[in-house]
This record gives sequence, structure tokens and C-alpha cells, in this order.
Amino acid sequence: MSEALFEFLCRMGDNTLILGHRVSEWCGHAPVLEEDIALANTALDLLGQTQMWLGYAAEVQGEGKTADDLAFLRDAWDFRNVLLCELPNGDFGRTLMRQFLFDAFNVTVLGYLQNSKDRRVAEIAEKAAKEAAYHVERSADTVVGLGDGTEESHARMQAALDYLWPYVGEMFDSDAVDLALCESGIAPDPKSLRAEYDALVQRVMAEATLTIPEDPFHHTGGRTGRMHTEHLGHILCTMQWLQRAYPGATW
Amino acid sequence: MRPEVAQIWAWLDTVPDPEIPVISLVDLGIIRDVAYEGETCVVTVTPTYSGCPATRIINLDIDTALRGHGLSQIELRQQLSPAWTTDWLSDKGRAKLEEYGIAPPQPAGGPARCPRCQSTHVEKLSQFGSTPCKAQWRCTDCLEPFDYFKCI
Repeated sequence: MSEALFEFLCRMGDNTLILGHRVSEWCGHAPVLEEDIALANTALDLLGQTQMWLGYAAEVQGEGKTADDLAFLRDAWDFRNVLLCELPNGDFGRTLMRQFLFDAFNVTVLGYLQNSKDRRVAEIAEKAAKEAAYHVERSADTVVGLGDGTEESHARMQAALDYLWPYVGEMFDSDAVDLALCESGIAPDPKSLRAEYDALVQRVMAEATLTIPEDPFHHTGGRTGRMHTEHLGHILCTMQWLQRAYPGATW
Repeated sequence: MRPEVAQIWAWLDTVPDPEIPVISLVDLGIIRDVAYEGETCVVTVTPTYSGCPATRIINLDIDTALRGHGLSQIELRQQLSPAWTTDWLSDKGRAKLEEYGIAPPQPAGGPARCPRCQSTHVEKLSQFGSTPCKAQWRCTDCLEPFDYFKCI
């Protein structure tokens, strides 16, 4: 069980780590100051959640490592984030669309994880759920504001949704790890969350006057580590540079 | 002779929040427990936001303050559950926040009034602000922007 639990914790922690890093790339570049601050704060919350998930993952792994070791010293093939989280920011609209599509998943899964039979998982979820609820409120508002906005903003948001939608399905894939955790009452089967997620996303997209693509195809490979996009390596180059160049550096 | 637990609470109530120095760590509601385990004084702290960078400074400040009062065996413990809520802000803390220019959290989800001119005509600028625990609002009468302590 500890191997499956480790895998699960890496999936949760790598999602928030990689997305948090992506969002932090906006720091100092957002269209207005308020949005800049909002994105930096969102990234900070995601990083905090990473610390909790990967901190526990390192304990479960039992090799004396820390959350920092997992974040900075693993290579691309060991990362377990869904592909959605590593996609480039694109324009502001695509960043916020990606945020909403992830927030809606995060808030849904965290709701169930609060009842996890693993006490630590339940406690982390309880803490993270409050932050996720705040995030989804804002990202949903922004998707509606820009989707149902000007002709230009509407077109950009529809393009963002068309581009990102094929990456949504991966969040709801199930494999042996998920089934093992589901059987032991630690985490829900992701597949079982899809209907609830779709209901939320459909409601927001309808309000945003955006059309969800019909093609059911989705990309896979991130959460299993089978194959990430070419973008992950580039993120790691930046994110891990210091620890790679100066191993063990601290402040 | 070791100091009473109540005395330690009183000392902690003089340690300011590093980001919002007008309120104490006790006012903020993040000190969840103070107890002795043997001769070790165990202070249980819960984070406001999981990624709040002030958390480390807070731990350092607690340690420094208690050492300053002569304690040497101190252990800081982090507790995630129950998760911190702004309901734990003390009434004294709320009053001090408002006096300082930060509107205290309200269950309705927005500030009750402008902390400067008391007008109830206020609007949200951003759901986030200068620290993880605050949002940006503006008074539509005096036109001053102000911080609002997010209600979670």
C-alpha cells in the first residue's frame, strides 16, 4: 500500500508544484497589478499545498528525503502531474482557463479526500480545500467575465478552452494505483468524480457563453509518468537549476 | 520553577504577527495549544495559509520570545486540523485591525465598512491582496483603497 500511497501523494503534490510554478511565471507580467498579485497569491497557495503533499510523500517513501528533495532532485520521468498543469501559460485568458479547469478538479477531489481513512490525507485536504474553494471562485468569475466579455476576449477564451479541453480527461483516468487507494478508503476513484466536475464546468461555461468541445479524445501520460509533454523538461530546467548547479545549497 | 501555562499564553499575546504587527499571534488564533510534556513546553501552531511565508518567521518569533522569558526546552508543533478559520480572530484583534486600516473579516464575505471613513459604500478590487490573508477593496465615498482580511 505504501507504494500506491506514495504514487498518489506525488500525483497530488506534483500537480500543485508544477501548476504553482507555471502561475508564478506571471509574477511581474500580469496585465494589471491586482491580477499580478492574485496570480502570485494563487501560486503561493499551490506551493503551500505542495509542501504538505510532498512532505507526506517523502515520509511515506521512507528514504529520509524531504519535500524539497522530491521537488528539486527528481527528473521529468519521475513527475506525476497531469499534462494540463505543465502546459505553457499562453495569454492571460488561457492561464485563467487552465486555472479554472484545474481548480474545479482540485476543489472536487479535496472535498472527498477530507473523509479519507488516512488521517494525514484528510488533514491536508481539509486545509487545502479552503484555499481551493477561494481559487475556483475567482477563476470561475474571470472565465465568465472574459468569456462573456468583448468579442476579442470571448474569442480568446473559446480558443483557450478548445486548446485545453483535450487535457481535462486525464484528471479522471483510473489505474491500479487509484483502485488500490479507492479500495482502502484513502482516495476516491477519479472516474467517479467526472459527473460532478462536468456539472460545475458546464454551468460556468454556459454563463461564460463558451462551448465545450465535443471530441472525447484526451491526452494521457502525465499522471502515470509514461510520457510528459516537452514543456516539463523546460520547467524543471528553470525550477531545479539552483539545486543542480549548487547541490545542497540552503539559506 | 517553570512558568504557568497561563503566563506563557500572556507572553505569546505580546508577540506581534510579523506581517500585521498590530495584532498578536494569540489574536490571530493560530496558537492552538500550550502544554508541558515533561519539562518541555509544547506550543501547537496552525498555519493561516498553507504557503504563507510568515509561518517560519512566526515559529522563530515564538521561540525567541519564550527563550527571552527564560524557557529553554521549547517544542513547536504544527497542526493542520481543524484548519484555521478567521472565526478564531479575537474581538481585540478585530478592533485593532480596523483601527490599523484593515477591515476585519465578515461572514457576509465582504467588509462591513471602510476602515477610514466608515462609509458602507465599498467595492472589491481584487480577491487577493498584499499577503495571502487579505483582499483589496476600495471605498466609493472617500475613494481610498484598503485591505480586507479575507473570511475563511
